[in-house]
Amino acid sequence: MAQTTRPLSPHLQIYKWQSQMVTSILHRATGIALAVGSLVILWGLVALSMGPDAWASFHAVAASPLGLVLLFAWTWALWFHFINGIRHLYQDAGAGYAISTFIKASWFSIIGSMLLTLATWAYVFMGGAA
Amino acid sequence: MIRDLRNPLQRARGLGSAKDGVGHWWTQRLTAIALVVLVLWFVVLVLGLLGHDYQAVRASIARPWNALLMIAFIIAAFWHSVLGLQVVIEDYVHTRWLEVTSMIVIKLLAVAGVLAGVLAVLRIALGS
Repeated sequence: MAQTTRPLSPHLQIYKWQSQMVTSILHRATGIALAVGSLVILWGLVALSMGPDAWASFHAVAASPLGLVLLFAWTWALWFHFINGIRHLYQDAGAGYAISTFIKASWFSIIGSMLLTLATWAYVFMGGAA
Repeated sequence: MIRDLRNPLQRARGLGSAKDGVGHWWTQRLTAIALVVLVLWFVVLVLGLLGHDYQAVRASIARPWNALLMIAFIIAAFWHSVLGLQVVIEDYVHTRWLEVTSMIVIKLLAVAGVLAGVLAVLRIALGS
């Protein structure tokens, strides 16, 4: 394939930031983060199948300060991708494209994911022990 | 008479100019719908297991419904991940050999991940 020098479409830095664009970028970013996170879930399952020692080392890393920070970040990534993904499914059905609805829905993904993350971790620290 | 210069066979196949039709798009949505349910189940399961020791966690995953849903979750999650990562690679990796190599790597990694995950759940569920 010949490398042509035709102009490419303008990239991110050319646009004024807006919520619709942020949610779109975050959907990809959180998706990539979650793909990496699925490997951590895999590690947990394999460790669980291997025995108490393997599980203990997995648990030690997960419950370490860095582990908890990462788990917190992954929780938010999960809830954002979850809510925004449902929003995408809704839009795939052809609904929710009026600009005002679209903007409201983007904010719903952003704020909703933060609230769900806080609720999840409130449960971790208050209810479920740790 | 003929309004479309495309070969009728190509139209009947419905694969379009990208040569693979809407299969990728559609599978991404199907796995997304499955994951809406499976993610909720997974989060509730993990939150319920906090503070439990090894034996309790293992016994919980060994229950038939949990084992079955965990296998479904692993397959759906890795499948959905690969479909998503594939689009990201197609969009941003413009060096052909690097694009093809990353595509091969993520697909093989996902297959290995699913196999390892399913085997782990089976070992837990069947107690070996």
